[in-house]
Amino acid sequence: MSRYFKAEIQENRPVHTVHNLLTLNVPVSMPEPRPGQFFMIEANKGTDPLLKRAFSLFRKTGQGVQILYRVRGKGTAILKEMKKGTLLEVLGPLGTCYPLPPADAVPLVIAGGIGIASVFSFVEQFSRRAIVFYGARTKDDLLMLDELQGFAKEVRVSTDDGSAGTKGTAADSLRHFLSHHASPITHHCIYACGPHLLLKAVSEIAGAHKIPSYVSMEEHMACGIGACLGCVVKTRDGYARVCKEGPVFEAREIVW
Amino acid sequence: MVSMDLSVRIGSLELKNPVMTASGTFGYGEEYAEFLDLSRLGAVVVKGLSLLPKEGNPPPRIVETASGMLNAIGLQNIGIQRFIDEKIPFLRTYDTKVIVNFFGDSIEEYVAAAERLSSVEGIHGLEMNISCPNKQAGWCIFGTDPRVTTEVVGAVRKATKLPLIVKLSPNVTDISLMAKVAEDAGADALSVINTLTGMVIDIKTRRPKLANRTGGLSGPAIKPVAVRMVYEVFKAVKVPVIGMGGIMHGDDAIEFLLAGATAVAVGTANFVNPNATIDILDGIMAYMKDGKVEDINLLRGAAHAI
Repeated sequence: MSRYFKAEIQENRPVHTVHNLLTLNVPVSMPEPRPGQFFMIEANKGTDPLLKRAFSLFRKTGQGVQILYRVRGKGTAILKEMKKGTLLEVLGPLGTCYPLPPADAVPLVIAGGIGIASVFSFVEQFSRRAIVFYGARTKDDLLMLDELQGFAKEVRVSTDDGSAGTKGTAADSLRHFLSHHASPITHHCIYACGPHLLLKAVSEIAGAHKIPSYVSMEEHMACGIGACLGCVVKTRDGYARVCKEGPVFEAREIVW
Repeated sequence: MVSMDLSVRIGSLELKNPVMTASGTFGYGEEYAEFLDLSRLGAVVVKGLSLLPKEGNPPPRIVETASGMLNAIGLQNIGIQRFIDEKIPFLRTYDTKVIVNFFGDSIEEYVAAAERLSSVEGIHGLEMNISCPNKQAGWCIFGTDPRVTTEVVGAVRKATKLPLIVKLSPNVTDISLMAKVAEDAGADALSVINTLTGMVIDIKTRRPKLANRTGGLSGPAIKPVAVRMVYEVFKAVKVPVIGMGGIMHGDDAIEFLLAGATAVAVGTANFVNPNATIDILDGIMAYMKDGKVEDINLLRGAAHAI
């Protein structure tokens, strides 16, 4: 049962007013997590909230698994208060990962808001090779930007209010890049995580430019292992489970 | 060490212990096989099947509530034929009883489904879900109108020799009446209870959170209602009752047995802890050991003695 275990909180520190970075000591028997996968993590003190919370893998380090999360509801508010040494029930790693791009392709990585948590380690995997389009509401919502700039080939920042980078969304930034870029677009492969509308826009842009693209979808989850059928999204083949067939899907498979 | 007899009978079906899975919360068994030994379970009850595959409801399909969750999956399933081709061979490799939950949109569909499932090796019992809308009648739920319940259970009874369990809806005024009706129509056992219809409204958007608007409430929040209904049904019928509704730990299961259940089914707890069924079985055994209870059947209905 190496995908169901108790993990000890090693660190749970704020990185921003509403964002925390959680580091968990995980057993050595846990399968190696890959970028794009997620964990179901206990975030309660009883039965309210009842279900575990799904969080993307942020990064695996020598110290354990790291989760970057936004405090949004009851569960994450409880999680934020949990101290070092607390034992949490964890299920994972779960779901599909971002497929590797062809050897000669430039990964174009789109992150919207907390979507950065899912793509961060994917970018890290390709030292100085990926171009990141990172969008947030304001400059204060840009997380881990310095670290990202340390290993990405380039980070193109955009904010809704124009307080950092260009004004607009990460999709606007991607669209502009593809329309003005000299190198053949066949050398690109797109990966995206963020709000539904952003992913839809990215999918449309990728389709228009005929670039392979992968998106990480989000839905409410109960079990995380494909049993409850609660987290489905509409695909060309009917409903697919985000926890099992996803969370990473080929963008063209999704019925937006 | 005191010897402990955990075996129970559901009609002609003998289970090695009283812990079952609740339909719709355990997939087709294989989803959980990585986390526990299915052979330790009294029975695996698989996700509800219909004759043809069913797509289910649009998302969002689930929403959390205080100590519970609402679901509106809409009975999505792969259909009976794919289940027979793809899932039963796997389940046959385990030493447990396999009970197939099924449903239809009409009495003819219920009958056809029961007949098809009855000829399959490796299926030991059937559980009828009568909580779905009756498209023939246009308005009622199969399990809420006594006349329709009599008709559909009676028709299925004639169509199968397998042990027949009827899963009762709690969304009725008098569940003991519905239990009696199902028993009289030929049920070998009753599952009590299915989910309670509920709704959650998003106060920001001022709209229901589920795409289907309403859903079925499950989890610890419904346990007292379920225990009460098992208690009432136990008094009303002679057939075994399978208790379910918010069982999270061994002590919860014991409550259901004391209320009159012969066996218990674990549902939403599987989502919280994929090993919940085994933890609950261990909890039952610990209770029996502490209380020097040698036969689990001695617990059944003990709360009625006072």
